[in-house]
Amino acid sequence: MTIPVNSLLQCALDDERIFERADYEGPIPRWCPGCGDHSVLAATQRLLADEQLQPETTVFVSGIGCSSRFPHYLKTYGFHGLHGRALPVATGVKLHRPDLDVFVVMGDGDCTSIGAGHWVHATRYNMDMVALMLDNNIYGLTKNQTSPTTPQNYPSNTQPRGSWLPALNPIEATLGITNASFVAQTAEWIPPHLFATLKAAYHHKGFAFVRILQRCPKYTAPLFEEGLKNPDSIELLVHEDGVMVDGLENVYKNQVRHDPSDIHAARRLAEEDGLTRLGVFFRDESRPRYEELRRLPVITAKEKMARLSEELDLHAV
Amino acid sequence: MQLSRTVTTKAQTKTARAVPSDHGEPRYQVLELPEHTVEIVSDSGEGAQKCGQILGAVTAKMGNGVWTVEIIPAEIEPPPRSPAGGSGNRVRIGSEPVTNWGDETQLVVAFNEQVLLGRHRVGALADDATILLENIWADHPDETIRSAWEEAKREFEKTNYRVIEVPMQERCLTVVEDPRRGKNMFVLGMLAWIYHRDLDLCRDQIAHAFRKKSEEMYNRNVELLDLGYGWAEENLDFRIHIAARPSTEPMVVMNGNEAVALGAIAAGMELAAMYPITPATSASHELGDVFEKFGGVVHQAEDEIAAAGVAIGASYAGKVAYTITSGPGLALKTEFLGLAVMIEMPLVVVDVQRGGPSTGLPTKVEQSDLLAAIFGQPGDAPHVVMAPATIEDCFHVMVTARRIAETFRTVVIVLSDANLATGVQPFRRPELDLAWIAAPPDLSPVPEGLKPYEWDAKTGLSRRFVPGQPGGMYTVTGLAHDESSRVAYSSAVHQHSSTMRSRKIAVLQSTLEPPAVYGDDSGELLVVGWGSTKGAIEEAIDRVRADGMSVSSLHLSFLSPLEPGLKEIFGRFKKVMTVEINYSDEPGAPYINEENRRRGQLAWLLRAQTLFDVDCWTRVLGEPMRPRAIADAIRQRIETVEGDVA
Repeated sequence: MTIPVNSLLQCALDDERIFERADYEGPIPRWCPGCGDHSVLAATQRLLADEQLQPETTVFVSGIGCSSRFPHYLKTYGFHGLHGRALPVATGVKLHRPDLDVFVVMGDGDCTSIGAGHWVHATRYNMDMVALMLDNNIYGLTKNQTSPTTPQNYPSNTQPRGSWLPALNPIEATLGITNASFVAQTAEWIPPHLFATLKAAYHHKGFAFVRILQRCPKYTAPLFEEGLKNPDSIELLVHEDGVMVDGLENVYKNQVRHDPSDIHAARRLAEEDGLTRLGVFFRDESRPRYEELRRLPVITAKEKMARLSEELDLHAV
Repeated sequence: MQLSRTVTTKAQTKTARAVPSDHGEPRYQVLELPEHTVEIVSDSGEGAQKCGQILGAVTAKMGNGVWTVEIIPAEIEPPPRSPAGGSGNRVRIGSEPVTNWGDETQLVVAFNEQVLLGRHRVGALADDATILLENIWADHPDETIRSAWEEAKREFEKTNYRVIEVPMQERCLTVVEDPRRGKNMFVLGMLAWIYHRDLDLCRDQIAHAFRKKSEEMYNRNVELLDLGYGWAEENLDFRIHIAARPSTEPMVVMNGNEAVALGAIAAGMELAAMYPITPATSASHELGDVFEKFGGVVHQAEDEIAAAGVAIGASYAGKVAYTITSGPGLALKTEFLGLAVMIEMPLVVVDVQRGGPSTGLPTKVEQSDLLAAIFGQPGDAPHVVMAPATIEDCFHVMVTARRIAETFRTVVIVLSDANLATGVQPFRRPELDLAWIAAPPDLSPVPEGLKPYEWDAKTGLSRRFVPGQPGGMYTVTGLAHDESSRVAYSSAVHQHSSTMRSRKIAVLQSTLEPPAVYGDDSGELLVVGWGSTKGAIEEAIDRVRADGMSVSSLHLSFLSPLEPGLKEIFGRFKKVMTVEINYSDEPGAPYINEENRRRGQLAWLLRAQTLFDVDCWTRVLGEPMRPRAIADAIRQRIETVEGDVA
């Protein structure tokens, strides 16, 4: 079912175009001033230019929510679909067209609530794509409702006396899914770390899940104050197979050397203990990828009809 | 009931000829019949379905008309010897092509009296049916079984059934240790003798049916086949001969789900996304077996919603994909269908309808998804709904649906049903055409300035861009959007884009022909049907026309848009009535009046679209329509019409 990509490859070889960041910039975003989404968009555009990705073979698939407006503000192909359902659409795109670079942008409600089933299974399919979960701990676009990642006791319009339940830990959950191959966490207010994490995710062969802690100045500003003002509340996971950013050690003194191939250490580090950990928790490129398992040789229409004729022979009267 | 262990002949038909034994006295009679219906029914797991399938295939290959219907309990292996747990296959054999399952069964092979009771109680059997029944139950060592047998016998005594007891288990034990694993092939042998079936063809079909099993199993099955054949030859006093008129054209035989799967291949579709659901799933089984040979992937998604999303994602990235489901799954896919309409993404959805609402009757036929298929998506979501009427249609509809989806950038819902899905019928071998296959996506650069929804103001049609096309980068969105796919914040844009999406459906309608009337062009009554009921309706029309009644029928293949010319056709008949397998209130029932009567779904649609006073006759019995029942309903309505006139 794979579409012949020879023509595309040829095109790429002949391609002498150089892409600047501006080549990926769409209309001015309509996010609130101070929203963390701006920072993620900038880092993503930087990544696209840095990797010289062709805009026409790059697809951003999103769900519904503030962050899911993302594709509109890029000059690549985009698919702004349904709440919670970005991952199935991306699965269809990648299954049919493994030649495309696929990025998925979801919010926390999108990914961990209404689309939670797809999150589990997309992780297990382990298709080669980057999945960004922009986590502001709240439903923003619908105006301040508790999400699964809203911390316990934090009030919202739907749970005004505070969230009843402990927040869901998306890193811990993803690490628990069979065939997970890349799990990372970063924060949009540390642009060098964000960029380095996106880059590592892009280069990973498989489903690269990145939770991006993202400020919502309207509804959850207090939740991010500590992380913004107190670098000691953050611990960086560093490793040559993960993310290492020169210079960050001057601000973020808490650093732990963590080998991302160690799933047990990753799960330990993902547990809640008051510290916010950023970096690559887990990475394993040896895990099977669904689009590779299902890859088939190209068959011409004539061959197809000949085989169909043989198939009909089996049903012949 | 007439119970015989030593068999006696009972005249049963118009023509019979006696075949003498070596000693000169009549050994058995050969009944020459234009058609006959037989069913084989057993506990689940005893293989009656396999027996019926092989008989059906052999019969088709011999050039007879055939229609098979599966008798399926909802469970995998319900308790043995229970009336509701019967599993099997019903085969209608004819000289002429058979277009439906017919009326009551005339010959039954039952592995125990309880499954037979189940069939008896649902009125499946002709009053004078002949029954070949396993003989171990009357003298069974288990007292509860003996008394159950006695009780069933009392129920059968009120009928005219002729029951012939057959030592199936006793004979099978000479070949196999577990008769539950062998009776079906013994029975196949008996039926091969009764119906003059070609034993070589039987052996070929056994080899095909058990191709994944050992040669030893094949040999054992053939031994059982011969055993059954021999027993019937020695003991039965009747054979049935139904002349075959083999088609001069090449024919193929398969069920509707297989036809859908092969049709999808012929259409050049390369991705089928599904989630297991009865009765749609077997289409994916067929495809799962062969699709990869055609470069196609059957993706078993994590849920029904994801199956729709994957198909839409694949369509977006290249070729039209399809998803296949049944009622409950269609409900789950609703939001994605609305999205596909909004972003004008070609998509084919096959809904193999079953009884509803909710889980309903998972294995049984119904036509209750029509209005949900057309109107089920919140918001205005114009799209196409088609319904194949025959197994042959199930193949070709996929080619047409794919092409419409692509040309009109729209969703096409194909309404099959459990009757078509599992019914087996021979049909003219499709003449494969390369033009059916979807062309590879055009990845050439998009001309400067062309917009992703550059709607033609008259037709609403526009050209679709595919990722990989330089210069075409845009973001599809389920939000209201303008021609450039930019989120629309002006009300005028929504009005215009809604118009454009709706206009396409009218344009499609302008390309359709008015449907052909079956029977005279005008008259007292026009019966209108859709989907799998076509064969039964037309057979009923033949019967009442033979009685001199002025009745015709019309069968609709498109439900959205409706085919053109309906008002003009309806106007030529005194009365118009739909026949459908869905629920409607009976006129005259308590509380029911003209204003509150809930009508059949097509009737509802036709009344709204044509303003004709369209009546309906519908049933939800969990089974295909019987021609006789339709003919009776027609007679009753005609009398009403005449009464009105008088």
